[in-house]
Amino acid sequence: MDNYRSIRVDTAEITPEPVYINRRMFMKAVGVTSLAGLLAACGLQPGEEQPAEQPQNQTGPDKTGAAEEANTFEEITNFNNYYEFSTDKTEVAGLAKDFKTSPWNLFVSGLVENPATYTMEDLLKMFTVEERNYRLRCVEGWSMVIPWMGFSLAGLLDKVKPLPGAKFVRFLSTFDPEQMPGQKSRLYPWPYQEGLRLDEAMNQLTLLATGLYGRPMPNQNGAPIRLVVPWKYGFKSIKSIVKIELVDYQPETLWSSIAPNEYGFYSNVNPDVSHPRWSQASERRIGEAGRRPTLMFNGYGEEVAYLYEGMDLKENY
Amino acid sequence: MYSKRLTFLKAIIHVIAWSALGWLIWDYYSGNLTANPLQAATQRTGKYALILLVASLACTPLNTLFGWKMSLKFRRMLGLYAFMFAVIHMLIFVGLDYGFNWNFLWQDLASKRYIWVGLLTLIILTLLAATSFQWWMRRLGKNWKRLHRLIYLAGGLVVLHYAWSKKGDVLALQGDVIQPFAFGLAVALLLLVRIPAVRQKATAFRSYLRLKFNWAAAPGTRRADTRIKIP
Repeated sequence: MDNYRSIRVDTAEITPEPVYINRRMFMKAVGVTSLAGLLAACGLQPGEEQPAEQPQNQTGPDKTGAAEEANTFEEITNFNNYYEFSTDKTEVAGLAKDFKTSPWNLFVSGLVENPATYTMEDLLKMFTVEERNYRLRCVEGWSMVIPWMGFSLAGLLDKVKPLPGAKFVRFLSTFDPEQMPGQKSRLYPWPYQEGLRLDEAMNQLTLLATGLYGRPMPNQNGAPIRLVVPWKYGFKSIKSIVKIELVDYQPETLWSSIAPNEYGFYSNVNPDVSHPRWSQASERRIGEAGRRPTLMFNGYGEEVAYLYEGMDLKENY
Repeated sequence: MYSKRLTFLKAIIHVIAWSALGWLIWDYYSGNLTANPLQAATQRTGKYALILLVASLACTPLNTLFGWKMSLKFRRMLGLYAFMFAVIHMLIFVGLDYGFNWNFLWQDLASKRYIWVGLLTLIILTLLAATSFQWWMRRLGKNWKRLHRLIYLAGGLVVLHYAWSKKGDVLALQGDVIQPFAFGLAVALLLLVRIPAVRQKATAFRSYLRLKFNWAAAPGTRRADTRIKIP
């Protein structure tokens, strides 16, 4: 039955519209775009008015869903699953408003040749920040398209040189209950931690994101640096990372330690593996009224299916 | 005076219930229901139904424990409003969210126990709402009370439905469990005071307190001594 009412949230009054319209058109046209040092150079603060910058050069073919229309900045920054601040998605933005993201150190350690601590400034100098328009599929049965800014995790791992024994990558969020009220709750084993297999971490799609919509990462989206693994459910994409550790064991993850039967280590988007609460067969794209079928690997099979050849993905959910 | 106060309190309940619905519709059309409005609307109507069901279950104990006889007059309307919001809750889920797409729905139903529990609760509420009229009360006689004891089961099921729909494990006290736990505790206590032995203890304690503090002494206070038969 096609009797949906249009329920798109009208954000025209809140969002500086020209910026986004411009950006959307440019993303549709270009896809992955190199915006070298843009963030560092502009030194923009979140919330600051920003002119729509022009694409510098094109670095690759559109393989990342760039043709899809991105959700609005308003939607992306006011509907956040970030339990460190609140379990209420609409409250995160307010609670994270004054979160201090500078200075910020990212410690990369474990089974690597060159363990190092990087500041955000180091990272933005070392790597070319690209725009990647990725689909994000939340395990709760909704999805968005987000124009992230960031660089491939593989680049950072290449710098620290994983030792032959390294098999997995373990990620740790910051633990700061003074600034993150949700971390005062003992109902969750803080700090948040996540993990990837090394080959998953080295895949070119795996992004360390430092911004979105051409701006530095908003606090409520995981500032100053977060992971984005677009073929896995959103909770794998850990926010506000302070530590990346190369290890030889499969790391514990926060959600699978709470409910191992619901959240596996892999947590690849998979319409054939059901969840006791939310639909994994279909999803609602935020801003749309109906439902659309969920795609295997969130539609990134071409890029990532090789990682799981011969594996039973129903067993390894 | 008694009936005036009753009318007044009933009017308040009507106003609260309908404004809750009005407020939801207002938020829906003014884009104030998060970026995922259908989910927010589903959750809100479900929460209203849950609260109203618990309120309905609280009436009898209010009389048993505090001698507030008038509370018994609110049971039916609170139960009916719980039913109304439960129906809206289900219709939003099936109609607006899934767009009556039985293919999508069926795929999901097969794996989601919380939906089945919710559906069972709704079936019970439907049965009770349908037989809530005086006519049915007379027609069913003793069986009416037996039938309407199903509300106790509905109370337990609705909490289970709520807890299972949340990210967390109530028994392990991990995850999003505070509210399911609180509602579970409330329902458990409200059902507990209905057990004859517990009820007698509670009423005996109330009589003791009344004697000790001479509660009913002042004229014009509530008629604590008009003890009625507890259903």
